[in-house]
Amino acid sequence: MTKQITLTIDEKQVTVPQGTLVVDAAKKIGIDIPVFCYHPKMEPVGMCRMCLVEVGRPVIDRTTGQAVLEADGTPKVQFGPKLETACTLPVSEGMVVVGMSDKVKAARKDVVEFLLTSHPLDCPVCDKGGECPLQNLTMAHGVGESRFNYDEKMHLAKHVPLGELIFLDRERCIQCGRCVRFQAEVVDDPVIGFYQRGRAIQIATFSEPGFDSYFSGNTTDICPVGALTTADFRFGARPWEMRATASICAQCPVGCNITFNIRREAKSDGEIVIKRTMPRQNEQVNETWICDKGRFAYHFTEGKERLTAPLIRRGDDLTPVSWDEAIEFVAQALRDAGSDLLTLASGRLSNEDLFNLRSLSDAFNGKTALYTHMAGGDLTAQVGVGQGTNFADLGAGSVILVVASDLEEEAPIWWLRVKQAAERGATLIVANPRPTKTDRYASQKIRYAYGNEAATVLAMINALSAKRPELPGKVQATAEIKNAAETIKNAENVIALFGSEGLGLEGSAALAQACANLLLVTNHTGRANNGLIGVWPRANEQGAWDMGLRPAADLKAALAAAKMVYVAAADPLGDDPALAATLGEVPFMVVQELYLTETAKLADVVLPALPFTEREGSFTSGERRVQRFYPAVLPRPQARPDYAITGEIARKAGVDAETDSAARVMGRIAASLPDYAGIHYRRLAQVQEQWPIVGRGDLYYGGTGYENKQGLGVQLAPAAQQGQAPALTWPQVAEIAVPEGSLLAVPVTVLYDQGITVSTSPLLQTRIPQPYLTVCPAEAQRLNAEAGDLVQVSLGEQAVKVTLRVDENIPAGVALAPRSLGLPIFAPAAIQVRVAQKATV
Amino acid sequence: MGAIKEIARGMWTTLSMMFEKPVTIQYPEVKRPVHARFKGRHELHRYENGLEKCIGCALCAAACPADAIFVESAENTDEVRYSPGERYASTYEINFLRCIFCGYCEDACPTEAIVLGDNYELSFTSRREAIYPKEMLLTPVPEGGKPTPQTVEPGFFTRSIPVMQNPTD
Repeated sequence: MTKQITLTIDEKQVTVPQGTLVVDAAKKIGIDIPVFCYHPKMEPVGMCRMCLVEVGRPVIDRTTGQAVLEADGTPKVQFGPKLETACTLPVSEGMVVVGMSDKVKAARKDVVEFLLTSHPLDCPVCDKGGECPLQNLTMAHGVGESRFNYDEKMHLAKHVPLGELIFLDRERCIQCGRCVRFQAEVVDDPVIGFYQRGRAIQIATFSEPGFDSYFSGNTTDICPVGALTTADFRFGARPWEMRATASICAQCPVGCNITFNIRREAKSDGEIVIKRTMPRQNEQVNETWICDKGRFAYHFTEGKERLTAPLIRRGDDLTPVSWDEAIEFVAQALRDAGSDLLTLASGRLSNEDLFNLRSLSDAFNGKTALYTHMAGGDLTAQVGVGQGTNFADLGAGSVILVVASDLEEEAPIWWLRVKQAAERGATLIVANPRPTKTDRYASQKIRYAYGNEAATVLAMINALSAKRPELPGKVQATAEIKNAAETIKNAENVIALFGSEGLGLEGSAALAQACANLLLVTNHTGRANNGLIGVWPRANEQGAWDMGLRPAADLKAALAAAKMVYVAAADPLGDDPALAATLGEVPFMVVQELYLTETAKLADVVLPALPFTEREGSFTSGERRVQRFYPAVLPRPQARPDYAITGEIARKAGVDAETDSAARVMGRIAASLPDYAGIHYRRLAQVQEQWPIVGRGDLYYGGTGYENKQGLGVQLAPAAQQGQAPALTWPQVAEIAVPEGSLLAVPVTVLYDQGITVSTSPLLQTRIPQPYLTVCPAEAQRLNAEAGDLVQVSLGEQAVKVTLRVDENIPAGVALAPRSLGLPIFAPAAIQVRVAQKATV
Repeated sequence: MGAIKEIARGMWTTLSMMFEKPVTIQYPEVKRPVHARFKGRHELHRYENGLEKCIGCALCAAACPADAIFVESAENTDEVRYSPGERYASTYEINFLRCIFCGYCEDACPTEAIVLGDNYELSFTSRREAIYPKEMLLTPVPEGGKPTPQTVEPGFFTRSIPVMQNPTD
């Protein structure tokens, strides 16, 4: 254990671990030492000089090594001649810190006066006004009048776009460097930096497009002035005019805790609307950060085109009807279809919705299918990470294995957490066919060919264990694989993250099994900080598996066999036009959606659902943390929460179901699923004190993110932790055969895609690429194509035109097809590519 | 005897008042002048060039004890400019059923845009009518000025807050 140090700050004694900085030690006992440049999550730099304090240290007799005592027996304390910065000063035994003396007060007064020499009197028009550390600390420590000449204030550019998302006001910047340090230290995207010197120093971006980082929005939270603001919120409202509601980000399986700031507005026709998204602190999930997708891509819930009434097909048209009529109609169809029902739902829905859908389907002995391209959720429920897992606890002695995942694109905050663990000394092993940003922190890198994901992990087991599964000849236990296997075997903690880079359902199922086996063989399951995590494509995919939904191995066949299909929060036709014929022949289709999707256009009944911002519910994150979200804005009239729609259909059809509140559905979940036993909404809303302190009174310290008052969630225990050891089963590893003259197209995930949850955000529009396909230079040469050419991709009977990109890091014979970007490729597939139109130079 | 004396004194008072200047005025034909700092209906003032002084900072709304003011702001460009600087009030509404004419909004205003004027003739026939939008609150465009939005010389009106003196009246 770290040595504990006792010191005195403003006459209060505090004991903190060795290495703690004085400013943090003071904060822990409620003493505020003002700071601008210091941030508890970054290395101190002592640039702003706001945290000056008087420091005294006990006098040690050099001959005896003993503390010199005063006449009254107390240790003699010698104060330094100058003030010291509390943010760069680690505590030492017997230290005496004085932060309230006249000398300190005078110094702080001067620092504030100096910071304001060129700060504009902008507070009335500044977006930070009202939640501005400089404003607050000036009120607390500054003088009323400045001795500096008002006319000497520098007049600088007030609207410098650092890219489309973040704007810089050069005048307001106090050169604390928090943003520059955040980008360089915390997220390792050093795309902004200081330019010039002294009074002329300014923040500049040197990336193309500007401020090209998935984490850029966080700089506006930690900026102690209004120099960096988001384009989304620019002049949107004053901070005191908005109310805050807690929510959970619905974009990826990390489950970042967020806060929606809401306000009733005239320009939104008097509706209550979301004005901005801010991080909500949960040190076990997202700390105080969120990614830009989470921050800016909530607009999909606000579309004007959202469904406004239940629709029933009359002839060729979908006609609005009353809810009673629609529900009666669906219930009748259910009774007719009986066990020929197929329920298709995606992980975009909450646990409650999925549970009700599953219950309804089970009552009729129908089938359920999870709409996804990734499998393995049953394994994460068995050998998933143990209760109490926190990436922040991983350091030396821990191993994080990332297989087949471009983590930053698939789950940016996990990337950040994994990166930080690696910096603390954890061994990061990255196995991926091509280099990704995760490689920068990898201690060990394993490259394999697309298609050999599971085999590579199995080869690790082969290197360790006698239980040798059969492997394709191509995969050999290389030195890297053996080394990685040894590292994993000897590690104290191992967390394995598997993604879906280049994988479809079959491949990811095999990979998940292989990873689970590796963890079982090396005995890294059933404990905190050990286990398997799926980097799912959707926020609540883990919850969907837990609720008992499983993907259909052959969706087309399952759809064709059903007499009634109940689709919720999925758009199979929009994603894959090849399903048109199959879906067109489904005798009766119900679609429960926000928008009139391609699938909904073919439906017999369309039911308008509510997005997560307008209702209550819970998501289960990839780390199997059940977290609760609250309604932020009023529900649109006529639309209903998914669980209520399903519940009412069930009741009408004679099945017992909860419809009134999500909390009661959760009660049923807890009663029927052993893993969720004991979970209830009040428990999900419990909080405890977190460090560092952020929000309101302490926004100068931790930033303007919100403190968590609405619940940290509850992490579930996997089966392995409950004493049930899952059996080892060996996956079949199939080799993919690619015909001569074809390329192997593999699906990969990109953060900003054309899915409806991103494309509706006006701000991210410019960051969403046009549909493209990436190949290596040799392959491009073979195709006689160059980057930027329009190529025709033939896939079975379909042909799609996309732009060609060339990347030298991609293996030969392979083309990367980004998901949800125009190409209907869900699993590795052979494609033919030819140039359709040369790029105009 | 005493009663007659009292009546006579009363009649004398009445008679003497007939020659005094009357205190009543013929309202509405005649209006009484108001004091310099009279707090009547609010006005949103303009600069001489016609640009609005209001920058949409909503400090008046924050200061208002009756929650009578509602402001929404948006961004100026040099092509479509309402006020100097970056920000202007895209919506500005005062609910005169709520307003208590305390003048805190005037105190809070950083640009002297909102001023409680001389108009005390406020009457409404519906609640809706009592809400005055920005168009009704803005003063007319001064002579030589142009109505807003204006298209202006790029990079000229960059400051939101003008240099101001303490009031002299």
